[in-house]
Amino acid sequence: MIETNTAAAGTAPFAFTPENQAEARSILARYPKGREHSAALPLLDLAQRQQGYVDRSAMEAVAGLTGLAPIRILEVATFYTMFRHAPVGEHHFEVCTNISCWLRGSDEVLRALRDELGLDPGGKSDDGKFSVQECECLGACVNAPAVRVGDHYFEDLTYDNTVALIRKLRAGEKVVLGSQTGRVGSANAAGATALAGRAS
Amino acid sequence: MPKLTIDGIPVEAPEGATVLQAAELAGIEIPRFCYHERLSIAGNCRMCLVEVKPGPPKPAASCALPVCEGMEVFTNSEMARAARKGTIEFMLVNHPLDCPICDQGGECDLQDETVLYGEAASRFREDKHAFADKDLGPLINTRFTRCIHCTRCVRFCDEIAGVPALGMIGRGSSCEIMPWEEGVLQTELAGNLVDVCPVGSLTNRPFAFRARSWELTKTDSIDIMDAMGSSVRIDSRSNEVLRILPRLNDAVNEEWIGDRSRHFIDGLLERRLDTPWARVTRGAALRSVSWEKALEILRERVEALGDAPKVGVIAGDQTDLETLTAAKDLCAALGSPNMDCRQDGARLDASVRAGYLFNATIEGLDQADAILLIGSDPRKEAPVLNARIFRRVRNGQAAVARIGVPTDLTYPVTELGNTPGEALAALRAGTHPFAEVLRSAKHPVIIVGQGALRREDGAAVLNAARDLADALGVVREGWNGFSVLHTAAGRVGGLDLGFVPGKDGLDAGAMVQALGSGSLDVLILLGADEFDTSALANRSTRDALVVYIGSHGDAGAAVADIVLPGSAWTEKTATWVSMEGRVQRTLRAVSAPGAAVEDWVAVARVARALGHALPFSSVEDVRARMAAINPLLGTLWTLTPAPWGAPFGTEGAVSAEPFTPAVPNYYMTCPISRASRTMAACVEALSGTEDERTGTDG
Amino acid sequence: MLQDKDRVFTNLYGFEDWHLAGARARGDWDNTKALLDKGREWIIEEMKASGLRGRGGAGFSAGLKWSFMPKTVGERPHYLLINADEGEPGTCKDRDIMRFDPHKLIEGCLVAGYAINAHVAYIYIRGEFVQEAIHLQTAIDEAYEAGLLGDNACGTGWKMDVYVHRGAGAYVCGEETALIQSLEGKKGQPRLKPPFPAGAGLYGCPSTVNNVETIANAPTILRRGASWYTSLGRENNHGTKIFCISGHVNQPCNVEEEMGIPLRELIEKHAGGVRGGWDNLLAVIPGGASVPLLPAALCADARMDYDGLRELRSGLGSGAVIVMDRSTDLVAAIARLSRFFAHESCGQCTPCREGTPWISKMMARMVTGDAEPGEIDVLEDVTRRMEGRTICALADAAAWPVQGLIRHFRPELERRIAARKDAPSSSAAAQ
Ligand SMILES: Cc1cc2nc3c(=O)[nH]c(=O)nc-3n(C[C@H](O)[C@H](O)[C@H](O)COP(=O)(O)O)c2cc1C
Ligand code: SF4
Ligand code: SF4
Ligand code: FES
Ligand code: FES
Repeated sequence: MIETNTAAAGTAPFAFTPENQAEARSILARYPKGREHSAALPLLDLAQRQQGYVDRSAMEAVAGLTGLAPIRILEVATFYTMFRHAPVGEHHFEVCTNISCWLRGSDEVLRALRDELGLDPGGKSDDGKFSVQECECLGACVNAPAVRVGDHYFEDLTYDNTVALIRKLRAGEKVVLGSQTGRVGSANAAGATALAGRAS
Repeated sequence: MPKLTIDGIPVEAPEGATVLQAAELAGIEIPRFCYHERLSIAGNCRMCLVEVKPGPPKPAASCALPVCEGMEVFTNSEMARAARKGTIEFMLVNHPLDCPICDQGGECDLQDETVLYGEAASRFREDKHAFADKDLGPLINTRFTRCIHCTRCVRFCDEIAGVPALGMIGRGSSCEIMPWEEGVLQTELAGNLVDVCPVGSLTNRPFAFRARSWELTKTDSIDIMDAMGSSVRIDSRSNEVLRILPRLNDAVNEEWIGDRSRHFIDGLLERRLDTPWARVTRGAALRSVSWEKALEILRERVEALGDAPKVGVIAGDQTDLETLTAAKDLCAALGSPNMDCRQDGARLDASVRAGYLFNATIEGLDQADAILLIGSDPRKEAPVLNARIFRRVRNGQAAVARIGVPTDLTYPVTELGNTPGEALAALRAGTHPFAEVLRSAKHPVIIVGQGALRREDGAAVLNAARDLADALGVVREGWNGFSVLHTAAGRVGGLDLGFVPGKDGLDAGAMVQALGSGSLDVLILLGADEFDTSALANRSTRDALVVYIGSHGDAGAAVADIVLPGSAWTEKTATWVSMEGRVQRTLRAVSAPGAAVEDWVAVARVARALGHALPFSSVEDVRARMAAINPLLGTLWTLTPAPWGAPFGTEGAVSAEPFTPAVPNYYMTCPISRASRTMAACVEALSGTEDERTGTDG
Repeated sequence: MLQDKDRVFTNLYGFEDWHLAGARARGDWDNTKALLDKGREWIIEEMKASGLRGRGGAGFSAGLKWSFMPKTVGERPHYLLINADEGEPGTCKDRDIMRFDPHKLIEGCLVAGYAINAHVAYIYIRGEFVQEAIHLQTAIDEAYEAGLLGDNACGTGWKMDVYVHRGAGAYVCGEETALIQSLEGKKGQPRLKPPFPAGAGLYGCPSTVNNVETIANAPTILRRGASWYTSLGRENNHGTKIFCISGHVNQPCNVEEEMGIPLRELIEKHAGGVRGGWDNLLAVIPGGASVPLLPAALCADARMDYDGLRELRSGLGSGAVIVMDRSTDLVAAIARLSRFFAHESCGQCTPCREGTPWISKMMARMVTGDAEPGEIDVLEDVTRRMEGRTICALADAAAWPVQGLIRHFRPELERRIAARKDAPSSSAAAQ
C-alpha cells in the first residue's frame, strides 16, 4: 500500500535527470498538442526507471509535466500493477502463476526461488539483489512457465534451469534471455509443424 | 422529442435525455446511487438497471442510456427487479451492518433500497473487507468501510468544487477513496460532500452523533452568512441549531451551500449576549443589568449630553430590514441624517438600484461567456456562485479576467494586474484584448466586488465600471451583465431602504471619526463589528455614547457603553434582500437566549428611552412601514429587474493603489463565525498548507 | 492442414529476419501504394467480403467496423488504435507478430488508417512486452526511414504516423474503451457505451480499435483478395487464426491454422498431442481464460471457429487453447482464473468489484470442499447476478469459466464437499 502523504521525510524531492528530461519531452511529443495527459503512463515509467519506484514526489513531477492534478496521477500509479511504491531487488522475479504456467510447473519455479534464495512471493533478499513476486499471465503461455525479470522474460522454465538462472544472476554472469531450453520463439520444440522450410 | 413508453406510460422526452430522466418526467423514480443530477454520469453502481426493448436480452443502466423513439422500458419487470436485487446484494456484501450507529441512519439511500430489494439473509460467508478512514479535515468524517464506490464525492470535487482533491485509488476490491493531501480539503464547499454521498461514508463531522434525523425540527429558511440568499433548512432540537442543510433552489444555490453557511452554527452558542450590559458612567466597567436598568442608564447618560444630542446609526452586515426600518424611523424622529449600512466604507450608491445589484442574476451566470472581475474574489465572497462560474469555464463556455489580487479561483483567469486605474483604462481604450472578448460576448458580465469599492476612490471605480459596461455593451437589450457582488447579507436591503446618510449626514467612517472627535453624541451600532473600532475605544473626553445592539460580544460590544442583546438570524423571522435583489424572509428556528429580543424591538426600546416611541405594535406594523418606504420590499420572493440608465458613482480618477481582498479569511467574517470553534478549526487546518504559505490564497 | 503458402504470418516463429529487409523478402510492403490507390471504399468492401472477424475475442467483422467511421473527417481527427494489450491468460499470439513480424502490423496500420481516414495510429502494447515494444519501434523507425510511413507514406501522399504506447499492467486495458481511457493517461476503467469509439473514442474523436492480429491480416487479405481468404474456413468463419496451444500437451506452441480445424487435429498435429494421450484429456479451455471449458467428451469433435464453439456453449475468444489432462485439479485451475479476474477488475461496477472477489473466495473453498452443498447453487447464482449487468465484459468473463465448471463438473464439486464432511480429522486438524 502506498503512503498517503509525501515521500518519507528527509528524502530528496524527485527530479528528472537532464537525459530523462529530454526523454520526457520526446514522450510528450507523441501526443497531440493539448493532450499531454496521455503521457502520464510513459512518464511514470520513466520516473520509475530512474528511481526504481514512484513516490509522491515523482508523481508530482509527472503531474507537473502532464498538467494533471496529482490525485489523478496517484490514481493511475495505484491502478496499474507495474508501478511500484517501494524499491525492489536488483533482480525482481515476477513469476507467472496463471493457468498455463501453473499447468506446466510454475510451482516448481517458486520452489526453486524458495530453495535457492529463501524467498517466497513478496520477499526480498537482505542484500537487495533479489526479490520475488507472483504475477498474472505474461502473454508467454506456450513457453510456460515464464517469469519476468526487469525488461526480460525467461521461459520454458523448470526447477533446475531456474536454479541455474538464479546462480548466474547472482554471480553476475551472462544469462540467456527468453527460452531456457533453447527453443526459438513459440514453435513446437520437437520440430516446427509449420513454416518448417524457413527454419534455419 | 422521442416518444417512448415506460412501464406502459407514454412519455415524450427531450432529445439526449436519459431513460432515468424520462422516467422522472413520467413520475417514476428509478433507484440510483451513482447518478446525481448535477454531476457527470458514471454508470458504475448498476442500481438503475431496467429492461429495454428493443435491445439485447440484458438489463441496461437507465442513467446512461439515451432515450430513443419507440423504446419500451420496464422499470419493474422480472429482469429489472432481479438486477436490482443482485446489485443490492453485492453492495451489502462488504458493507457493515452498523445502521443503528450510523449518522446517515434514516437518510441513507442504501438503507432505503435495502428495505425494498434486500434479501432477508446474507449468503456472504467470507470475511468482510475493511478500509481505513482518512482525515478529510474538520468538516467531514469518513467511514470508508461503508463506501459503495459510487465516486460521487470524486466527481463533486472535480466538477463542482473545482478542486481535484479526492480520487478513487487502486482497483477492483481494493479501490478506495483517497485525498491527495490528508487533513484538509482545499475548498469552501467541502460540507456538500456529506449531502452528495448516498451512504454514511462521508458524514458531517461537527454533527457526529448529535442527533438522529427524525428527532430534528426542520425549519426552512434563508442563509445570511453571505449575500447570495441561499435556501437552507435549519435542523434544531431543544432550542439548539444542530445542523444546516441546503435546500434546492435552482435560481440561487442549486443544492449547495458554502462551508461557513453550514458550519458556523456552534458560534450561535458562544459569546452570546443574553442580557443587557451597561457602563453606569463613562469609563466604568460593563455590568450586566436588566433591560429597565440599561434603558434608564441610557436615558440618563443621553440626557446628560444636553438637549438635542446628535445621534448616528451604523448597521452591520447581518442587519435585517425590520431593524433597519425601526432605526431609520428613529433617526427621522431625532431629525438625524446620520445613518449608514456600509460599515466597510464601500462607496455604493443607494440612489440607483441597478448600480448596486447583481443584475446578471446568479442563474444568469449560466449564460455568461465573458466575465470581468473587478476587485472581487468570488471563491471567498460567494463560493457557491463561484462554482457556477467554474462550471462555465470548465465546459469551455466562459473566459474570465480579473483586476485585483491574483488568487486561485479554481479556474484559469486572465490577469489584468492589480493597478486598477491602469487596467480599467486599458479595457476602456480597448488596448487590452479582453475588452474585445467582452464586447463580442453574447452575455458579458462585469462583477464589481467590495474590494474595489471600499476605498477612497470607490465611487470613481464604480463609475468607471459602469462606463466600461456601457462602452463594451455589457448592458444590452434583454441582458444586464453589470453585477455588484456583495458580501453582506443586509447590504442590499439597507440600500433599498435608503439606510445611507441623508442630507448633510455622516457616513459610517465619518460617524466614527465624529464620535471620536466629539462632534457626534450617540452612536448606535446594529451588529456592526467589521470596522476599526479603536477610534471608538479611544474617543475624546466628552461623554459620547456607544450603544451596541446585537447577538454576540464581539468588537462592537467591547467598545460600547450600553449593550442590548439581539437575536441571531436563526432566531428571528426577518426580511433580507439578496445581492440579486430578491426579497426573502428567514424563519425563526430557535428562540434567542435569555433576555435577548429581536433587534427591531431593541431599537424600539431605545427610541422610547430617548423619548420617541415608534408607532409599531407588532412586526407587521414594521413591515408595512418598510413597504411604504420602498414598495419593492413588500414583494417577497420575487426578483424585479432594476432599470438601467441613471448615472451612478462619481466621475474621477482611479488610483494605482491595489485592490485588497474583501474577505481575507473565508471562515471568519462576522461575530457568529468568529465565535465558532468549527470555523477556527478550518482556519487551523488550512494554515501551513501550500496555498497559505505562498500567500496566493488571500 | 493449412499449407505454408496460405499462411499470413510467415515469420511467426522468428526463423527469419524481422527487420524491413526480411519483411520485404516475405512480400510485406510490396507496392502498398497500389492497395491504397484502389481507394477507401474498395478496401473496406474487400475487408467486409473477406469475412475477417476481429481476432481480439469479440469476433466482430473488421470491414464492418471500419465502415462505421464517419465518411469524412470533420473537426475531430480520426484515430486508429491497435490493441496489443494481450493479457487474456493462455494467449500469446500478438506478441509473436510484434516481435517477429512487426512490419505486417505496421503496414496494416497504414492500410487501415487510410481506410478509416486516420493519420495517426497508436499501438497500445502491454507494458510487460518491453522487447516487443522495442522491436515495434525499431520497425516503425525503419518504415519512416524508407518512406513507408510519414508525410507521404509509400508515395501515396497520405500522411501516416504510428506511435507505440506502452501500458503498465492492467488486463482490463485490453477492453477497447479502457484502452482509450488508459491512452488518455487515466485509469483503465471502461467507458459506458454508447457512445461507441467510432463516434467518440480517443480524445472524443472517432476511433477504431482493432486487435494486432486483425490489423496484421489486412495487407495480405487485400493483396491476395477476399476470395482467397473466404476459400479458407467456412461461411461466417473464414480465414486463418493463430492458435496458442498451452498446458498439458507434449509440445506447446503457437500455430496459424485454418479456421474450423477440429480441436483434436489441432492439438495432435501441432502440439504433439495431449500429454499421456488423447484419453488422458480431462478438459480444454478453447478460447482463453474467459470462455467456459469443454470436458473431454466434447473436445473430440469441437470445430475451432466462432460458430463451432458457440454451439458447444463456449467460444473461440482469442484462440488460446488451454489443455488439461487428468492429473489436473480442475477446480483449482478455475479458482486460479477466478482469482485472476478479481485481481483485474477495474472496480467501478458494483457486481464486478464485489462479485469477482466473492466468487474467487468461494472457489478457493470449493477447491478444498470447505463449503455446504447448497453453496454450489449460491456460486452459480452469484455468477448469474454478475453476468450482463456491468459496463464491460470482464464480469462476464469472470462468470463464464465458473459456470462452465459447474455445468460440466458439478459432481466433482459435490464430491469434494462430501469428502471433507466425511473426513472427521479435517475439522480437528484445522483447530
Ligand atoms: C476484459 C477484456 C479484455 C480484453 N482484452 C483484449 C486484449 O488483450 N486484446 C484484444 O485485442 N482485445 C481484447 N478485448 C476485446 C476488445 O474489447 C475489443 O473487442 C477488440 O480489441 C477489438 O478488436 P478486434 O475487433 O480486432 O478483435 C478485451 C475485452 C475485454 C472485455
Ligand atoms: S465516499 Fe460516499 S460519495 Fe464517495 S464513493 Fe464512497 S459512497 Fe460514493
Ligand atoms: S465489469 Fe468489472 S472491469 Fe468491467 S468496467 Fe465493470 S468493474 Fe470494471
Ligand atoms: S499463463 Fe503464464 S504467461 Fe500466460
Ligand atoms: S445510477 Fe445508473 S449505474 Fe448508478
